[in-house]
Amino acid sequence: MFYREAGDFKTSYRDDGQTFPIKLDRWGYYAILAVAIFVVPFVINDYWASAILLPFLIYAIASIGLNILVGYAGQVSLGTGGFMAVGAYSVYKLMTSFPEVSVIIHILLAGVITALVGIAFGLPSLRIKGFYLAVATLAAQFFLVWLFNKVPWFYNYSASGQITSPQRTVLGWAVTGSAASPAAKYLICLAFVIFAAWVARNLTRGMIGRKWMAIRDMDIAAEIIGVNPLSAKLSAFGVSSFFVGIAGALLFAVYLGAAEVTEAFGINKSFLVLFMVIIGGLGSIFGSFAGAAFLVILPVFLKNLLVGGFGWPTDLAAHIELMIVGALIIFFLIVEPHGLARLWRLVKEKLRLWPFPH
Amino acid sequence: MKLKLAGLVAGAIMAAAPAMADLIVPNLSYRTGPYGANGTQYADGFNDYFTLLNERDGGIGGEIIQVPECETAYNTEKGVECYEATKAGALVFNPLSTGITYQLIPKVSIDRKVLYTPGYGRTSAKNGQVFEWVFNAPANYWDGASIAVKYLLDENGGSLEGKKIALVYHNSAYGKEPIRTLQELSEKHGFTLIEVPVEAPGQEQKSQWLQIRRDKPDYVLMWGWGVMNQVAIQEAANIRFPMENFIGIWWAGSELDVMPAGNGANGYKSLTFNGVGTDYPLYEELKTHVIDPGKASQGGQHVGSAVYSRGMYAAVVIAEAIRKAQELAGTSAITPEQLREGFENLDMTDARLTEIGLPDFGPAFTLDCANHGGNGMARVQQWDAAEKKWNLITEFTEPDAEVLDPLIAEDSEAYAAEAGIEPRTCD
Repeated sequence: MFYREAGDFKTSYRDDGQTFPIKLDRWGYYAILAVAIFVVPFVINDYWASAILLPFLIYAIASIGLNILVGYAGQVSLGTGGFMAVGAYSVYKLMTSFPEVSVIIHILLAGVITALVGIAFGLPSLRIKGFYLAVATLAAQFFLVWLFNKVPWFYNYSASGQITSPQRTVLGWAVTGSAASPAAKYLICLAFVIFAAWVARNLTRGMIGRKWMAIRDMDIAAEIIGVNPLSAKLSAFGVSSFFVGIAGALLFAVYLGAAEVTEAFGINKSFLVLFMVIIGGLGSIFGSFAGAAFLVILPVFLKNLLVGGFGWPTDLAAHIELMIVGALIIFFLIVEPHGLARLWRLVKEKLRLWPFPH
Repeated sequence: MKLKLAGLVAGAIMAAAPAMADLIVPNLSYRTGPYGANGTQYADGFNDYFTLLNERDGGIGGEIIQVPECETAYNTEKGVECYEATKAGALVFNPLSTGITYQLIPKVSIDRKVLYTPGYGRTSAKNGQVFEWVFNAPANYWDGASIAVKYLLDENGGSLEGKKIALVYHNSAYGKEPIRTLQELSEKHGFTLIEVPVEAPGQEQKSQWLQIRRDKPDYVLMWGWGVMNQVAIQEAANIRFPMENFIGIWWAGSELDVMPAGNGANGYKSLTFNGVGTDYPLYEELKTHVIDPGKASQGGQHVGSAVYSRGMYAAVVIAEAIRKAQELAGTSAITPEQLREGFENLDMTDARLTEIGLPDFGPAFTLDCANHGGNGMARVQQWDAAEKKWNLITEFTEPDAEVLDPLIAEDSEAYAAEAGIEPRTCD
């Protein structure tokens, strides 16, 4: 009734194969994009940008990246925090070494550097699988964090080991540094999110994505039908790390402004992004957004509800918040192990049939 | 359903912004997370002093002080969220986290809010010509490092030639702060510095103390926080390191740190810039106006502890700065700009502390446009495990300005160059 496809005819294969084959979906997508680009920047304020939208967008990029590796290619990784740190420190070194080059190029280059590091740490995946691979990537996490804390060159020999992002502009608008307006910071992150989601969607439905999924579903069978595990696995590590690196670069340069590797890119960050992917839905771009939204917005919402709304003491609220988020994670995993993306798909199925469910 | 939820989200988020006419001093506290045990005491002390002023005097200059609290869990991302949530109308921030301070330093100069970081944060913020909005009086980490070395010099008849001093530090911005100063001091006084990093949060220190047992340093200095201190003191007791040769920075000097090691911690020393215990006249007023009526933060369970006293001291300095600002501005409803003026003209004298009811509780210091850090005085306290109390064993001592001033100038100039700040002139 509300959500129907009757009369929505396709006359070419191209139309049939598009990302949003249903007209209503497509319109919804365009509407969301239009609101995100043309409305939100004019109404955004510091609080919305810093507390909700920037972390949501940045974590969405990170979870798209990890979803490619874990959800599409089936290679478990616990090194996301370390790879984000590579992105952050690369962009810091690039920004301070080549101040005349545009920060957008720096962020993309930080992604490329992270991709190379990711490929290097992906090499063990050719030999080991599953939990053993997870442990190998865990080693990457600890090694990278240790490296950035240990070698002063990475933090330009500052006394405290903190890195601070200098001010850089895009088209005359400051996007990093403290003078950047919330709208500028939001738009730069949004641009990277749209880019990441578009690239990821098109990679995963093309040949390379099919190779990843073949490896995920059964690597021996994939090898027999002619998928080269070396190129498939390493490309998954490379592409995934590219996005994770961009997320790390944005997290440091645009969102936090100053970072310290152990605190900002510790093992907790790896788990956080992995939870986003699992809760959102493995092997789904929408799931990456849903997972990021769930884990970024829910704690802020609960905090504001419990402290601002009910006037509870902050420590009690913080504890209850942890318990509620934890309980909801377990609830969602029991009710829908395939994540929020699957839940969304079911809702759509139901809406298509409504009001005649049989 | 979706719409309703969205409305609820929007409503709840909007509700977070306070819109009150009183003076607002947000308390970015942490009562959860790895450092929650310490953060709770600090936040209680901070809250209780303002509650006392509100209850007894009706605020400062007739203005009630609002202290909205926001939980950061010592996490920088939550710290940013808390800052944005509480900054509307706020006068001054005191986040009690060096990491969050580094993030807020550029933000406060744009938003024009005062950042007051007593005894933590960025040391070179002492240079008011570069860091217009940041104050770190009465003492900073480099002062602490220098005072600890000075104390050791006194103990050794003025020479540390050939001695070995180990620095056990939290491997983070906070713990790395004193290294530069200690390196300079080791050149000046001829001692060897051994750097021993401990990974956060610091529960695992077996290898570090094995290294100390092997290298046999004469003294150990510690820059630790939270659980790291307890573990370090316990490990030091385990290897029978002489406790009187073990000196912590002020953040490694609370009851929480020494209690778990029991008698083993007897004789452990730490620096402090505030008094501890309840032997001050102010506590009687606190009892009548705050604790007895049941208005104390968390029921007043930590009153008089070292970290509680430090939180209270931060509140005392902020309150004095507000008073000064009101006096200068001639109005009681001051703005952050006026509060900054208040800080820059602050004169904390011994007489004023006695008047407040806290004689000899903190050092006397004055601030001005160029000097945002005071004279950096601190003293040494020693733990008496039998009595379960800290005893102050030295008077307030001044740090070695000859070593510190060039370092502060160098670091703040580096920051100014990096951030593109033109240092203002002070006359």
